Amino acid sequence: MIPVCRLDDLPAGESVRIDTTPPIAVFNADGELYAIDDTCTHQDASLSEGWLEGCLVECPLHAASFDLRTGRPTCLPARRAVRTHRVTVDDGIVHVHVAAEVVAVVASEEEGTAA
Amino acid sequence: MKTVTVVGASLSGLYAARELRAQGFDGRLVVVGDEPHRPYDRPPLSKDFLTGRSGEDRLALSDAEETTELDAEWLLGVRARGLDARGRTVLLGDGRTVSTDGVIIATGASARRLPGCELAGVHTLRTLDDARALRAELGAGTRRVVVIGGGFIGAETASSCAGLGHDVTVVEAAPLPLVPQLGPEMAAVCAGLHRRGGVDLVTGTGVAGLRGTVAVTGVELADGRLLPADIVIVGIGAIPNTDWLAGSTLALHDGVLCDDGCVTALPQVVAVGDVARVGGTRAEHWTSATEQPRVAVRNLLAGHTAETVRPLPYFWSDQYGARIQFAGRRLDTDTVRIAEGGVTDGTPDEGGFLALYERDGRTTAVLSVDRPRPFMRARRELGRGVTVAEAAVS
Ligand SMILES: Cc1cc2nc3c(=O)[nH]c(=O)nc-3n(C[C@H](O)[C@H](O)[C@H](O)COP(=O)(O)OP(=O)(O)OC[C@H]3O[C@@H](n4cnc5c(N)ncnc54)[C@H](O)[C@@H]3O)c2cc1C
Ligand code: FES
Repeated sequence: MIPVCRLDDLPAGESVRIDTTPPIAVFNADGELYAIDDTCTHQDASLSEGWLEGCLVECPLHAASFDLRTGRPTCLPARRAVRTHRVTVDDGIVHVHVAAEVVAVVASEEEGTAA
Repeated sequence: MKTVTVVGASLSGLYAARELRAQGFDGRLVVVGDEPHRPYDRPPLSKDFLTGRSGEDRLALSDAEETTELDAEWLLGVRARGLDARGRTVLLGDGRTVSTDGVIIATGASARRLPGCELAGVHTLRTLDDARALRAELGAGTRRVVVIGGGFIGAETASSCAGLGHDVTVVEAAPLPLVPQLGPEMAAVCAGLHRRGGVDLVTGTGVAGLRGTVAVTGVELADGRLLPADIVIVGIGAIPNTDWLAGSTLALHDGVLCDDGCVTALPQVVAVGDVARVGGTRAEHWTSATEQPRVAVRNLLAGHTAETVRPLPYFWSDQYGARIQFAGRRLDTDTVRIAEGGVTDGTPDEGGFLALYERDGRTTAVLSVDRPRPFMRARRELGRGVTVAEAAVS
C-alpha cells in the first residue's frame, strides 16, 4: 500500500504520477479514483499526462484510449491493457494497492538484469 | 466489390486492411508488400530501436490473432510492378497478376540517396533492414558519425548515435534546420538541442561528395571542408514510391494525386499514407497514415467520394531526451509566442515550453517541448476550430 497524496490535492479531472517501478498514475474521474500503470502499452508516453474524459484516458502521444476500470485499450494503436490497481482513501489520504502481478514482473525483470 | 488489393504492407496498408473489415468488406483481401516483414512501425527505428532500448518485438503493428481475423492473403517479399489502365489488374514482380475490383495504394516513400551511397559505412534509415544494418555497425566501438540532413529523421538519428557515445556531426545545407516545419524562431530552439546533446551542427553548406574507395572515409562539404567519417547517415528526405504506377492512367506528381477523399481519377483506386497527395498536400506523418484509411475505404466501398479528410496535421519527434509535438497549419507570416514555460540560451528550459502560432488573433498551430498535457488541450481546441485564447477565457 503506497500513500499518494491528500484527497484534497487530487480534485476531479486531475491525475498524479507516482514514481514506483513501473510508475503508476492515479486519476480522479468525476469523484471516482482509479490507478493504472502510467506508461502507455503502445510506446512510452505517460498516461497521467493524458486527456481524461469520464472513465477513459487518452494517451498524449498517439491517442490510444484506455478504460480506467479495466485498463483495456478502447482503440488503437495500443493493443495491450495497462494494469489496474486498487485505490483507497484513509483519513483523507489516497493510497494505491499495487497489484500483485506488478511486483512479480518487477522481480523477474530484476532477476533478468542481474543474470 | 469481390476483391480488394492493398499495395504496401506497412502502417497505412495495415490500417486500410483493418478498415475494410471493420466497414464490412467480406470479400477477398490481398495485401502485397515488397519487404519480407510483416507490418512494423517505423518511428522507433530512429529512436529506441537504434539505441537498443527496444527490440524488434516492439515494432510489430499486429499480432497473430488479428492476422487471423483480417483473413487476408499476404503476398510479402514481392513488389507490385504495375497497375493496368483501368486499375483492375495488379502486376507483380515475379510475373504473377492479381485481378481485383478495388485497389488501395499504400506504397509509402523511400529514403532519398546521394551519389556515393554504395560505399560501405553509408546508410539511409527508412526500413527495418536499414536500421538493423546501422545498429550493428554502431555497436562496433566508438565511431565518427556524420549525419547529412538536419530534419526530424536526421536529428533523431544524431541524437541516438550521440546517446550511444559516438562522435557526431550533423550537416544541414540550409542556414537552420526545420525552418519549413517550425518557422525560424522555433527551428532555432530545436537546433539548440543538438548542442545540448553534444553534437556539432554545421549549417549553411551542402555536401559536395563522399570520400572513400570501398568504405566511406569522409564527407566533403561544398565550402571545401572535409569532415572525416567512419559512418555516414543520409537523412535528406523521402521520395514517394510511385514508380510502379508509371504505366497506369493515374496522375503522379510528388505522390499519387487524389481528391480530398483519397480517391484518384479512377473511383475504384484510392491512395493513403506517405505516397498519397490528398487534396494538394502530401504528409509524411504517422498520424495521417493512420487517419486517412478510414475515409479512403469508405469512399472505395461507396464507389465515389462520400467523405473527405481534413484532419489537423500532427507529428512528434524525440531528440536528446526532449519530446517535440507539433499540430496545425502554420504560414511563414504567422507570429509565434511562448505561452508556457521558457527558453534559455536558445534551448528549452527543464520543464519545456508551449508555443502558439498566431494569425489575426487566431491560433493556427501549436508546438510543445516536454509539455504534453497543455499541448493536448491546445491540439484538441485547434481540431475543434476553437481558438486557444477563447477557450482559455471560457
Ligand atoms: C525512421 C523513421 C522515423 C519516423 N518517425 C516519425 C515520428 O516520430 N513521427 C511521425 O509522425 N512520423 C514519423 N515517421 C513517419 C512515418 O513512419 C510514416 O509517415 C509512415 O510510416 C507512413 O506509412 P505508409 O504506410 O504510408 O508508408 P511506409 O511506412 O513507407 O510503407 C510503405 C510500404 O510499401 C512498400 N512498397 C513500396 N513500393 C512497393 C511496391 N511497388 N510493391 C509492394 N510494396 C511496396 C514499402 O516497402 C513499405 O513497406 C518516421 C519514419 C521513419 C522512416
Ligand atoms: S504511446 Fe500511447 S498511443 Fe502511442
